Parts: sequence; C-alpha cells; structure tokens
Amino acid sequence: MILALMQAAATTATRLGEPNRIAMGFFFAFIAVTLGITWWAARRTRTTEEFYAAGRTVSAGQNGFALAGDYMSAASFLGIAGLVSTTGFDGLIYSTGWLVGWPVVLFLIAEPLRNLGRYTFADVVAARLRQTPVRIAAALGTLATVLLYLIAQMVGAGGLIRLMFGIPYEQAVIVVGIAMLAYVLFGGMIATTWVQIVKAGLLLGGALLLALMVLWRFDMNPAALFAAAAERYGDAVLVPGRLVSNPLDAFSLGMALMFGTAGLPHILMRFYTVPDARAARRSVFYATGLIGFFYLMTFVLGFGAMVLVGPDTIRGVDPGGNMAAPLLAEMLGGTPLLGFIAAVAFATILAVVAGLTLSGAAALSHDLWVNVVRHAHADAKEQLRVARAATVLLGIAAILLGITFKGQNVAFMVSLAFAIAASGNFPALVLSIFWRRCTTAGAVASMVVGTAATLALIWSSPTIQVEVLGRTEAWFPLKNPALITIPLSFAVGIVVSLLTLDAARADTAILDRQMLLGRRAASE
Amino acid sequence: MESSHDAVRALARTRWRIAILLTAIMIAVYFGFIALIAFDKPLLATRIAPGLTLGILLGVCVIVVSWLLTWVYVWWANAHYDARVEALRQR
Repeated sequence: MILALMQAAATTATRLGEPNRIAMGFFFAFIAVTLGITWWAARRTRTTEEFYAAGRTVSAGQNGFALAGDYMSAASFLGIAGLVSTTGFDGLIYSTGWLVGWPVVLFLIAEPLRNLGRYTFADVVAARLRQTPVRIAAALGTLATVLLYLIAQMVGAGGLIRLMFGIPYEQAVIVVGIAMLAYVLFGGMIATTWVQIVKAGLLLGGALLLALMVLWRFDMNPAALFAAAAERYGDAVLVPGRLVSNPLDAFSLGMALMFGTAGLPHILMRFYTVPDARAARRSVFYATGLIGFFYLMTFVLGFGAMVLVGPDTIRGVDPGGNMAAPLLAEMLGGTPLLGFIAAVAFATILAVVAGLTLSGAAALSHDLWVNVVRHAHADAKEQLRVARAATVLLGIAAILLGITFKGQNVAFMVSLAFAIAASGNFPALVLSIFWRRCTTAGAVASMVVGTAATLALIWSSPTIQVEVLGRTEAWFPLKNPALITIPLSFAVGIVVSLLTLDAARADTAILDRQMLLGRRAASE
Repeated sequence: MESSHDAVRALARTRWRIAILLTAIMIAVYFGFIALIAFDKPLLATRIAPGLTLGILLGVCVIVVSWLLTWVYVWWANAHYDARVEALRQR
C-alpha cells in the first residue's frame, strides 16, 4: 500500500519529458565538443585512407573504446536496463548474448581482415575472387544491414528525444541526421572515431556512476540488491522467466547475436583504422573488456531501478520499460543527473548513427562506384568526392527513413540486422578467409541466399506476421531465422564452390603470406 | 629445409586450430547457458547465497569466460604467434 503510494508520487514527480535545461546544456556541450573535434579532424582528412580509415593511425586502446562506442547503442543501455527492471533475470540473457560475439570476432575475423582488406569487408571476400560479382553482393549485404540498423536507431532516437526533452519527433530526427552528417562528411573516420571514444567514455562513466550510487545503498554488495528485489517482487525476478519459453527460439536468437557481431559492417570497418593486425587484436581485447563491464553495470542498474523506482512506475512512463535508467538517475541525483544521463543517451545514438553511415558510404563508393563502375581506375580526388556524395545520400536516407517509420514497431529491426549480418556477411567472410577452395560463385551464392532467406523468413515469422501485421499465426515458427539461415548460407557457399571453378585464380601463395604477415610484408 | 610457403601454411594451420578451439569453447559455454535456461530452470533457481541464484552466477560466468578466452588468445598470440610471424617476415 505504502509502496503503491510512493510509486504514484514518483509518477507525478518525474520531470522526464519536460524540456530540461540541464539536459539541454549537457547536450549542447557534447555537440560543441564533437563539432570541435570534427573541425580539427577535417583538416586532417584529405585522402581516402584518412576518410575511411583515419589514416590507420588509431591506437589499439583508442580503437578498443571506439569499438565499444560503436557497439553499445542506446538500445542496449536503455533496453537491457529496462528489461532487467521489469523482468529481472531475463535481461541477463541479452547481456551475455551481445557479448559472446566479441571473442568470435577476435579469434576468426579481426587479424585476417586487417591484413587482407583496405576499407570494407568486401575487400577481404574479393581478395581471392573476381571483383565485380563479389563486390555487388557484399555491398547489398552491407547496405541491408546498415539501413535496417539505421531505421531502428533513428526511430529510437526520435521517440527517445521526444520522451526525454519534449522535442517533436521529426525535429529530433532531423537534428540527429544533420549533426551526424557533419561529423562524417567533414571529419570522416577520424572525427567518427573520436566521437565514439568521447561517447564511450561518457556512457561507461555515466553507467558506472549510477551503478556505484545504487550499490552504495546496498553496502556495495550486488547480492544485497538482488535480495531486496526478491523480497519485494518475489523470487521469480532472480530466475529465468518467460523470455525463453521456446528453446529453438532462444538458440536461434543466440546464433544471430553470436555470429552477427562478426558480420556488422560498421564494426568490421574499425579494424582498418589501426596500424597493423597486432593492434587490431589488442583492440578487440580492450573492447570485450569494456563491453562486458558495461553489460554487468546495466544489470545492476536494472535491479536498482526495480527496487528504487519500481516496475509499475517505469511501465507507466514507457510501456517498453526503456526509461528505467533515466528514471533511476532522476531518483538518485535529481534533475541534474537525469539531464546528464538523457544527454548521454542522445550522444550514444548520434555516435552509432555516424558509424553506420560511414560504413554504408564506404560500400556505396568504395565497393560499388570505385571497384564495380570504374574498375578501380578512379583517382584519389574522385574517390573522396564520391565518398562524400554517398555520405550525404545516406544521411538524407536516414532522416527520411526515420520520419517514414515514425510510430512503427521497429524493435525487431536490430535483431533482423544481426540476422542478416550473421547469415549474409559472416559465412562468406569465413569461407573466403579460411577455405582456399572457395570460388566466386560460392561466395556470391552464400551472400545472396543468406540475405534473401533471412528477409523471407523474417517476413514469414511471428515477428512480422503476428506482432506487426496482427495476424493470428505465422507460417514460419521462429522469431529469428538465424538457426536455419546461418547453416544454409554456409552449405550453399560450400556446395556451389565445390561445383564451380574460377577461371583465373589469384596467386594463393601471395595471399596466404599477406593474411599472416600483412600487406607490406607480402609485397616485399 | 622447408620452403617459405610451407612455413606460412604451417603457421596458418596452427592459428586456425587455436581459433577453432577457442571459438568452440565459447559456443559450448554460451549455448550451454542457454540450454540450462531452456531445459532446467529449477537448477538455475538454486540459491547459493542470499540474493544470489546459480542462474545469475552462471550468467556472470559467461561474461567472465568471454574475457578469459580473449585474454588466452591475446597471450598466446603475443607470446608465440608474433615471434613466428616476425621470423617469417625476416626470410
């Protein structure tokens, strides 16, 4: 009874959704700092190598933070904290799933990618194979992943900003689009990398601050916090709940998360910004540490919000639970802390969107224009001009898509992007790196079938048919198709490779050397 | 004496074996955790301390194992692999 009264009081007391001067202050400070970085970076961005790969001068530690920045989206910060605050244990299933892809990136992808490619993952798949068909297929996979991810981020951004600052949805989408465009267009990868580093620092710092403030009230003992949650809301919050009711669904989602990370174009592109494979390796090690630490903190934040704010209040503000962390911040530190966390969430979206746009622009300009249309005969000036034109195109597309999908249920689009990355991009990448017998037809078939099957099965799944279209049942039973599409994509790639031969094979001995020793050593 | 290309391929095979072994461990650990959630919820509900269930502990362990596996790989690569790469570069 008293609890209910307290929660009712909390509902009326929140200043979430009102224009918040402190949040605006933090937010404009972030914009000012990042535009300053962009101005500084723009004077260092004269070549395509600087535009796409920051001149390969980013250190392993910096890239570790930037990778973490690219990966820790507002969806995972707000979403996992929200899921934990309303269901307890089940949020941990996502936290672990989103982390376990990183060791896979380290073991299988990071170093060969750095040694074989220049700007995009298509460089690697095409290294042994015929350029044109591979580049087209890989660019389609990249654009599909990037656009879906962008829609989810832009729609999330619009809604989030409306909820936190009270700015109209369309305005919020346009602000995000223009700021992001400024970073990428003028500052290229150098600015994007530093925006990610600043954002990762802010997000980790903000989450750590909140987690410490929560734990302070429980003698710095997480178990005491969990015990308090169980005492109020029952033992059910400490055990697996309804999220995993169908084991096949759980395995399928797990596969998409685990192998999708290794196929995300904006993550893969980061490995080209470091000087060599050794730095690429160390950067994943740092990123895994930071991301794991971040997910542990969101788990504490979620339970903190459950105990200190209450699930009913959280659902009252946003039925999806996404406002758990901001509400917790307001409860612990009043309007100033709410303003800080709201600005951090906004910065997070901006940075992720910038990274996505840059990788999509690289697929359009480096893969499609320079290597397919111009057969690698474009001069440096033209390459840079096309890269910037592609950036503008994607920026406008992001804003228009954000406005088009207003109010739509787009939560499924992130898992769809992971499913395409895992079944369209990842198998072809692994086959082309590790299997000498892989042919052009095999790699292309794997990418095309993987992407097409993922799209078709998502369309037929309960995710679209039941949750979006409102039908009573779906033809395909799984919410996420990765369990079928990843093995299918590998099988198609292998079978087609065995059935075909490439007329002119690249020199395997040189590529083998290059994969281990790097580009310079191989050409010596 | 083996040719330079044979040495490159031998090193590639070694790296591939380590990579596959570590990936397999990661897959086993994560999907083992998911399988327990799917098939043995009562086990994960076991209390090991006030406020701490086996499920939460194992979830945290999955994260810690991810850290350990990346550390093992980086340690191996720094201690053994890089030296062999450097030796191949010199030839």
